[in-house]
Amino acid sequence: MTFAFRSADWILLSPELFLTAAGLTMLSVAVVLGKKKEEFLVFLAVLSIVVTAALLIFVSTQPGRATPILGGAFVVDNFALFFKGLVLMSLGLTVLASARFVGAAPYPGGEYYALLLFSGVGMLFMASGNNLISIYVSLELMALSSYILAGYFKAEPKSTEAALKYFILGAFSSGVLLYGLSLVYGVAGIMGLPQLGKLFASAERSNLLMLGILLILSGLLFKIAAVPFHVWTPDVYEGSPTPVTAFFSVGPKVAAYAILARIFYVAFAKFHADWGFVVALVSAATMILGNVAALLQSNVKRMLAYSSIANAGYALLGVLGFRTEWGLWGILVYLLAYAFMNFGAFTVVILLESKGYAGESVSDFNGLAKRNMPAAVVMLLFLLSLAGIPPTAGFIGKYYLFTAAMKAGYAWLAILAVVMSAVSLFYYFRIAAAMFFTEGAASKIKSSYALTAVIAICAAGTIVIGVAPQPFLSVLKSCVLGP
Amino acid sequence: MEQLTRLPILSIITYIPLLGALALVFLFPKEKTGAIKAFATLVAAVDLLVSLPLWWAFDRAHDGYQFVERASWIPSLGVDYHFGIDGITLVLILLTTIVGLIAVYCSYSAITERQKEYYVLLLLLQTFMIGTFCCLDLFLFYVFWEIMLVPMYFLIGVWGGQRRLYAAIKFFLYTLAGSVLMLLGIIALYFYNTTGFLSYKGLGNAATFSIEKLTAVAAGMPAELQIWLFFAFFFGFAIKVPMFPFHTWLPDAHTEAPTAGSVILAAVLLKMGTYGFVRFSLPMFPAAARNPRVIGLMITLAIIGIVYGAMVTLVQKDMKKLIAYSSVSHLGFVMLGIFALNMAGVQGGVLQMVNHGISTGGLFLLVGIVYERRHTRMIAEYGGLAKQMPIYATYFLIMALSSMGLPLLNGFIGEFSILQGAFAKNFWWAFFAATGIVLGAAYLLWLYQRIFFGEITNPANAKLQDLTLREQLTLAPLVVLALWIGLYPKPIFDVIRRPSEKIVQAVGGTVVEAPALALKAPAPAADTAEAPRP
Repeated sequence: MTFAFRSADWILLSPELFLTAAGLTMLSVAVVLGKKKEEFLVFLAVLSIVVTAALLIFVSTQPGRATPILGGAFVVDNFALFFKGLVLMSLGLTVLASARFVGAAPYPGGEYYALLLFSGVGMLFMASGNNLISIYVSLELMALSSYILAGYFKAEPKSTEAALKYFILGAFSSGVLLYGLSLVYGVAGIMGLPQLGKLFASAERSNLLMLGILLILSGLLFKIAAVPFHVWTPDVYEGSPTPVTAFFSVGPKVAAYAILARIFYVAFAKFHADWGFVVALVSAATMILGNVAALLQSNVKRMLAYSSIANAGYALLGVLGFRTEWGLWGILVYLLAYAFMNFGAFTVVILLESKGYAGESVSDFNGLAKRNMPAAVVMLLFLLSLAGIPPTAGFIGKYYLFTAAMKAGYAWLAILAVVMSAVSLFYYFRIAAAMFFTEGAASKIKSSYALTAVIAICAAGTIVIGVAPQPFLSVLKSCVLGP
Repeated sequence: MEQLTRLPILSIITYIPLLGALALVFLFPKEKTGAIKAFATLVAAVDLLVSLPLWWAFDRAHDGYQFVERASWIPSLGVDYHFGIDGITLVLILLTTIVGLIAVYCSYSAITERQKEYYVLLLLLQTFMIGTFCCLDLFLFYVFWEIMLVPMYFLIGVWGGQRRLYAAIKFFLYTLAGSVLMLLGIIALYFYNTTGFLSYKGLGNAATFSIEKLTAVAAGMPAELQIWLFFAFFFGFAIKVPMFPFHTWLPDAHTEAPTAGSVILAAVLLKMGTYGFVRFSLPMFPAAARNPRVIGLMITLAIIGIVYGAMVTLVQKDMKKLIAYSSVSHLGFVMLGIFALNMAGVQGGVLQMVNHGISTGGLFLLVGIVYERRHTRMIAEYGGLAKQMPIYATYFLIMALSSMGLPLLNGFIGEFSILQGAFAKNFWWAFFAATGIVLGAAYLLWLYQRIFFGEITNPANAKLQDLTLREQLTLAPLVVLALWIGLYPKPIFDVIRRPSEKIVQAVGGTVVEAPALALKAPAPAADTAEAPRP
């Protein structure tokens, strides 16, 4: 594998390189500042993300960017740009949502923001990963940073437990994934996804290859928290600091979908019939278990954890639909909607929590309508969107996924999905009922500027995509991977 | 009237309440309850006034949809913002704006807490209801159909009775569960029209959700697919109607909802289901609707609804619950008329939708009025009210008689027409349905007797105040409508005749100029051929 490194490649890599540098700078600045002046770190982090986004926009204007570089390991096609944009957005929102939280915690904030940025770098590379090795390495970069983030509250047993659980299970799943990748490489002898796709197009299926695909699928299903690889999710989501949870539920998941889509759409499309069956079963099990288990939760973070498991099940409907344009398009639409609504819901939890670490149980939402009406209304919007009620982003997303499932011939799965999404309303609306129907504490809840901004952005995204989806749909359609 | 067709009049009617709600949110501090009430009433009144001219501007001879507005909304999917009405939706929209004003006006004294939120939700609900009736795009229809549940959920959940939480979520879940299946039906229809799905080869047409186009397309589908999709839609509509055995959410929702909520539920929301059958199920899936087994099932459920609903109504001890169960029975009549698949049945069904809105809405208002005074709905708590509240007793009598179908009042016209349609198809259908009428007279008269006749036995009732002017004003329009339809139903029949003909033609029935009240010639000639002799 020899390749020439052209100067134009530096430009295409500039967002990743800049963000890495920004993370390192953050670490050194934090050493100087200590625990004082953490607002400056927030500012620095936001600034880095904004500059990275600007660089990304610059990259998007480069001619010929869609040609893979670095020996085919890295590609900046529209698909990658979409995921990079989404990753940067979730990163920025996480930083803003963390400000008050991290500031109040007795731990150095510099590490926290630096780790966030590093995991961001990993995710940016994941979005562009175009061969087996680069995908694996970038995934690990993202994952290692996440493990530490989960344990950021060192003195809290729950947080440490979450980190350890996440680490052990994550490492195990990475091993499974790596094993699968090596088997596929062993069969094919090449690394690049497009090349693999071309090779398999005329290849016979072999048991070894199928095993490799199955292991890769398992590894990725772990990352997106699909049954039966979901058991880590509730504990990790509950134990991690809530801004980190919000981040986990969006950033790494979205990036994992990028990989999943690229590998299975580009490289393994030929064997759709083989893995499609597995994905269908997993999707069904995930939807059922996620939604049913969420019914039983009284902790909001755990409930949202199970809800995000359920959402992974819906998104798998899109994976099933990979044979038609609806599948991939559907996933993109859904992930965009999901990012806004899920992050928004978690941010409202953060809003309640930042007052004395409450907000984790459903009863903490009691009377929110009287304590902070806008927050309650916006939370209602997120819940409606999560439940897929029009005219919200969540409805448009789900519509596409159901469509993809129908189109792919999985009518039974589509029926299950719609029934389950009706079930989901029951637990989402337990929160709604608590907010509006029940009396709660008398004190008002005040928001901070940063949290208000995050919630406003998420709410705007949720409602605008729901009411005027056309511009988003057109853009996303151009982001679908070529055949 | 010419100008009306150029204005986007339907959008204006639909969004006036929404704008009013937004104005309430942002311009009115929540302490100024007087101003909030007055403004909400003003908005509802303006909406009614703007909607009334439709009645005169509407072209009764015109075949298609009128006042059509169309703009592209989501071109990627082929979704249009497409509004338009025919005669059936015209009467339903007018019913909605009338009931909307009454609902706002009747809440003045009943709602004492969180008033601002309450009126905001009422106005939002009105926008969504009118929007649902106006939609000519299936996707848009689904959007309105679903979002409508949200304000109703909160109306029940915040201002409802003791079991309001349970009733609210039950209402939401039941209706949602039905409508998501309808969503799949819509998707299937969409693919049948375009690129195909499962083993069905698509027609390759341009993507669209236009109800007119899809109706034509769907009607040409293979029979077995029609039956599948008929049932996908069926769950959405049947739960809303509600048909037996999907009715169990209704008594809870009705009983727990505040008065205005019950009125709107009875008068408009339930009509969404029957409207769905008329607008979608029959014209889109005629092969399914004609299928004898499907008809058999529908009619059986309708008749069980009529008889079982009426029998359960008889034994209720709670006034509101009693009226709620009577809705099950009345809506069974509507379904019977619709699935008689002939002119008399369909027209009667549509008319009865309106009638039920008037009479049951009125009864809920009346129950709400004594509930406000006594804070109990138990029938046993009352007795002898006729002496203490003569005006109230009069209104109650008119509404009860209208509900039980006494001649000269509206209910009679609808029920007669439905029975006429059912009789033309099958004697036994009409026979069983008629027992429902007898039972209906029984439970309403018995209710009336227990509440109004005799001596006042409960001292709490001895000082009850009779109706105030405001309360009379909420009831008077309904009485006027009941009398008008009862004495001279022709104008309404004129409006709904063309769309009903289209529906009957779509399902393959012969359209006979069925006189509205063919007292001398009971059965339309064309249908008698298939009607078995008793």
